[in-house]
Amino acid sequence: MSTMDVSNLTKDFLKKMFSEGKRFDGRGLMDLNDVTIEYGVSNKAEGSARVKIGKTEVIAGVKLALGEPYPDSPDAGNLVVSGDLLPLASPRFELGPPGFLGIEIPRLVDRVVRESGMIEWEKLVIKPKEKVWTIYVDAYPLNDDGSLTDAASIACVAALRDATLPALDKEGKIDYEKKTKDKLPLAKDIIPLSFTFYKLGDKLLLHPTREEEETCDSKITFGLSMWNGKLMVNSCQKGWETTFTLDEIKQMLDILPEKYEELSKKLNKHLK
Amino acid sequence: MTLKRPSGRKANEMRPIVTKVGVVPNADGSAMFGFGNTIAIAAVYGPRQLHPQHMQDPSTGILRVNYDLLSFSVSDRKKPGPSRRSQEISKVIEWALLPVLDIKEFPNTVVDVQVYIPQADASTRVAAINAAALALAHAGIPMRDLVSAVSIGKLDSDLVVDVDKEEEDFEEGEGATDFPLAKVSNSDEFTLLQLDGKIPPEKIKEALDMGVEACKEIYEAQKKALKEMMA
Repeated sequence: MSTMDVSNLTKDFLKKMFSEGKRFDGRGLMDLNDVTIEYGVSNKAEGSARVKIGKTEVIAGVKLALGEPYPDSPDAGNLVVSGDLLPLASPRFELGPPGFLGIEIPRLVDRVVRESGMIEWEKLVIKPKEKVWTIYVDAYPLNDDGSLTDAASIACVAALRDATLPALDKEGKIDYEKKTKDKLPLAKDIIPLSFTFYKLGDKLLLHPTREEEETCDSKITFGLSMWNGKLMVNSCQKGWETTFTLDEIKQMLDILPEKYEELSKKLNKHLK
Repeated sequence: MTLKRPSGRKANEMRPIVTKVGVVPNADGSAMFGFGNTIAIAAVYGPRQLHPQHMQDPSTGILRVNYDLLSFSVSDRKKPGPSRRSQEISKVIEWALLPVLDIKEFPNTVVDVQVYIPQADASTRVAAINAAALALAHAGIPMRDLVSAVSIGKLDSDLVVDVDKEEEDFEEGEGATDFPLAKVSNSDEFTLLQLDGKIPPEKIKEALDMGVEACKEIYEAQKKALKEMMA
């Protein structure tokens, strides 16, 4: 795989394909790619998962630590989502401080998880105002072939649902070698998922490959979950330089409920 | 509507808008934009030669936005310097403004937009966009239109326009949803969409329509500010 950007020849051809509603891999524009989840990436992590969307692969791990609550939320635990675009995963990624994409993806995933109500914050409190669990979720791509944000959010949700609390010793310190059977306090039926739509001309597509993603002009990520039996949009962020019309946004909002149902049904059997 | 906004405002009532163009004499263009107690000050420098040279693009000028809260703008002092939050907001503001700019005609240059918030009462990024759009127009950068921005909120299940801090922290029922948006002032193209909270997809459509209406008012205020500066 070369570090060259997608050539104009390929871009022009993809544009023509999209306008006919076709893709190289035979999917329709709005068809999701195959998604798989595995567990046990690291036995040192409190929970971990590996998610593949097509050829894209992302691993996520949960580490738990004791910390102080934030002053503005004294009776809630903390969540920190981060990650890094490892040079291992693509010739396009470089060592060094995170570029914008390396900041954007964890922030998007953070909001997908945080705003869904999946984490029962108050149950992470050990001593009010003083001692709470801080959940660190870190996601790293192992292979980038597009749709990194959507893959990272599934990986983080899967790792959180896999996680168990480590034991506390007599002094109240963590003994990482002793794992308990206690799961993280998570709302059982809230599964946040993200869907990033990419736009080229007036065409919209989901789960693009790297080549398709780079051909597109703009994107928008939605985080969704069920809350009291109602489908809610929990987060949204538009990216890149091209605009979305009101009609295009409404079109995406119309298709989101069926896409959420399709993917959550698929993932349900694999999620812990 | 049964739910009362803490401020007593009507659902579609924004806070008083304050605008002033030309607030930074040194800048090529500058403006202040306020929604009630939220104030944004923007300055534009450029188009000017971009350094370092290797970042220059011979096919176009580039836009560079820097947004941040000033340290004393919020209750708990904000540590000065860039954060992940400010870097992300700077980038989405850049994307919100670019669609109306025509900087292709200025090869190898940069247009720098500096926006700071001296006083924050929520909705800072949309105030920053409104100020920045005015400052770009004031600087005489070729633009095909202005950009107008507003935040739509949802308190429990009720939509409101121009979210303030008290509303941002609303916790009853479905809680608070914050939905900042920006659009090309005279078309239905959206240049910024962000959202945090819980809102059914159908309700977002209503929120968008509300945003379109509010942006019309904001556009009028922006136009007035530019005309006052010319007078």
